[in-house]
Amino acid sequence: MVMSWIWTLFLLFSVIISTFQGRISNVSAAVAEGAQAGITLAISMAGSICLWSGVGHLMDKAGMTDGLSRLLRPVLCRIFPGTKTDPQLRKDLSANICANILGLGNAATPMGIRAAQRMTDPTRPGIATDEMCRLIVLNTASIQLIPANVAAVRASLGCETPFDILPAVWLTSICSAGIGLSAAWLLGKLWRHD
Amino acid sequence: MTDYIVPLLLLLSSAIALRKKENPYDLMLTGAADGLKLLKSIVPALVLLLTAVAMLRSSGAIELLSNFCTPAFRFFGVPPETAMLVLIRPISGSAALAVGAELMAEYGPDSLIGRTTAVMLGSTETTFYAISVYFGAAGIQKTRYTVAAALLADLTGFVMASVTTRLLFST
Repeated sequence: MVMSWIWTLFLLFSVIISTFQGRISNVSAAVAEGAQAGITLAISMAGSICLWSGVGHLMDKAGMTDGLSRLLRPVLCRIFPGTKTDPQLRKDLSANICANILGLGNAATPMGIRAAQRMTDPTRPGIATDEMCRLIVLNTASIQLIPANVAAVRASLGCETPFDILPAVWLTSICSAGIGLSAAWLLGKLWRHD
Repeated sequence: MTDYIVPLLLLLSSAIALRKKENPYDLMLTGAADGLKLLKSIVPALVLLLTAVAMLRSSGAIELLSNFCTPAFRFFGVPPETAMLVLIRPISGSAALAVGAELMAEYGPDSLIGRTTAVMLGSTETTFYAISVYFGAAGIQKTRYTVAAALLADLTGFVMASVTTRLLFST
């Protein structure tokens, strides 16, 4: 439903604003160009998406997920104290975070959902727990080793070093996760359950 | 240095898999086939959204929005040209990709704006989608401070994308 609103609003603004600016003929021409650009973009990303999906699958099966979860365990225990007493939660959480890091977004979601379900507080049904908020913040900060889609778009536009943004992407993700988690921790102290 | 990251990652993951008596080539094939399925599922959305974004761009709406947002964006040190991307990113992943691809094509992938766009796309997520999926599955109605904290993380991402790009790439 959200997408229907976005789509219709985009069209509405295009028509209204182009009328005021006398650009309706440009908008009409842009319809065909835009649709073609969608296919061009998809094709230019196709190789990268396939390759990195393959690499992600390989890294998972080669045991990198297990290695990563071992590395992340001390951090996870700090952020999610519940993982100390609930081994299944620890497994789901680290699988979710590792899949995100390896760029397997589709694999990450089911495990994140399972973790979120285990984090519910049976005495307060329907109310988000502090750990859940932190899970969402970690997921939205998108800590990712190789942002393959973006690199593919850059390569398709003739960029010679599509991966030179990696350090900037890593630094940015770590900062937003750090600030997001600090904010969640602070708000959790202020925002008592009622 | 960054040129080594990707080739070494490919080599290392295959070598580790071989050492574990796994079959890296077949594993990659399976994963790549999944990638193709994923691609097929997003193509229709990309066509529709790039059409809408191209219409918006040619109508002058995106320019108008950027101009309108300029003071706020200048305050945070984020290029105002990315206004559309910043607004759509937490709501829809494919729309953000469409807007971002269009921005990179317009300004060039190696321009400061093009790079900032790429870093923003790579280091943020579809916040409201994640909230609705996870909380929907866990039966949560009261989200408390989640939206505030997640949007603050997004804002940090947009500001830091601009800062890191300027630090690492402006000459």
